[in-house]
Amino acid sequence: MKAGFPVLLTLVLSSGAAALAYGTEGFHAVTSEGARALAVERTPRPVPDVALTDQDGRAFSLGDYRGGAVLVDFIYTRCPTICTANGGDFERVLARLERRQARGRIDLVSISFDPQNDDREALKRYGNRFGAQAPRWRIAAPVDGRGLAALLKTFGVVVIPDGFGGFVHNAAVYAVDAHGRLVRILDPDATEQIMAAAEQAATP
Amino acid sequence: MNGRPGTIRSLLALGLLALLWPSPLRHLLERDMAVHMIVQLPLLACGGFLLGSALRAHEPRWLAEADWLGLPGLLLVIFTTSFWMLPRMLDAALADPAIDGVKFLSVASFAGLPLALSWRRMPALGRAFLWANFIPKLGAIGGLYLAAPIRLCAYYRLDQQAAAGWTLIAVAVALAMAWFVIAFVGVPMSQAPAQSCRAGNEAA
Repeated sequence: MKAGFPVLLTLVLSSGAAALAYGTEGFHAVTSEGARALAVERTPRPVPDVALTDQDGRAFSLGDYRGGAVLVDFIYTRCPTICTANGGDFERVLARLERRQARGRIDLVSISFDPQNDDREALKRYGNRFGAQAPRWRIAAPVDGRGLAALLKTFGVVVIPDGFGGFVHNAAVYAVDAHGRLVRILDPDATEQIMAAAEQAATP
Repeated sequence: MNGRPGTIRSLLALGLLALLWPSPLRHLLERDMAVHMIVQLPLLACGGFLLGSALRAHEPRWLAEADWLGLPGLLLVIFTTSFWMLPRMLDAALADPAIDGVKFLSVASFAGLPLALSWRRMPALGRAFLWANFIPKLGAIGGLYLAAPIRLCAYYRLDQQAAAGWTLIAVAVALAMAWFVIAFVGVPMSQAPAQSCRAGNEAA
């Protein structure tokens, strides 16, 4: 054993530990899902003002919701499984919103990442299935592919083919606050947490 | 010590690494989770290993002395492989070609290369300890992938994750059997390896 050994060992241990800490957001997350939720909570990110059209053919953008909170999810209307579940999750949130007394607006937007198939008719059908009505709950599609790409990037949504002509994607509910910043990424099943995050995001 | 064989080996190593990079092959090897983890990453390490064994004769003396029993070198191997097996890093490598480039370079130079240099410095008992830790861990990770109800990687489907789990378990079983045979039956001298990476690394 030579004098170089402790130096080399310390170098390897410290750089290895630093790399692992970096890769796991300080040993808190091993998946990209967990990491992006943490990253957003620590540093909220401004949401891009992408041009969208809703189920009634009206043009709007997420920037229009400033001053109140908006809960966002990503869907495609042909989805047989998770988006249907997601629709149900927003349906439950909607029921809670209708009984809500507190001040500060909270609205819902479901954005399709499959604008090729999701025309206005398809968005309308999806909305009707869950009792979604604009402006409280808009079912929307981005006007162009660039806008869609910008949204997916900011929200950290990854869409991959499911091998059967549909898609698999990371499902979550995204809370955007009164300043137009993405502040929380939540489990779609956790209605209580979604409501709490929305109330907090609605307070300017 | 080894003039010609060393040159051939380093050319082989560089050829292998260069072959793995062009994007059609890279996408093919990363499209599936099991292939990404069990074919691409080991092949990259293999390239580094070949390079390391070719450069062995040129290793500076201070490094050989500071790498006492191969401990710092093998720790570096463990850190590097753990880092790139984080589900989050598998995702990051797929999402960003620059990160994939870092993966290529670091797996070859911080996992494969130090393995070639440090493994032969580790005494037999230490090697046995490392194998005895590595093999069950591989199986355990496989089991975790099979049991996880959610997707760990945003870029891979749940069925791909399960397939990766089964493959890891199969590799663990195969390694355990190979190790058992080598430990208790022995390798015939005529097969004294050096050509293939795995054989090389066991015999080194």
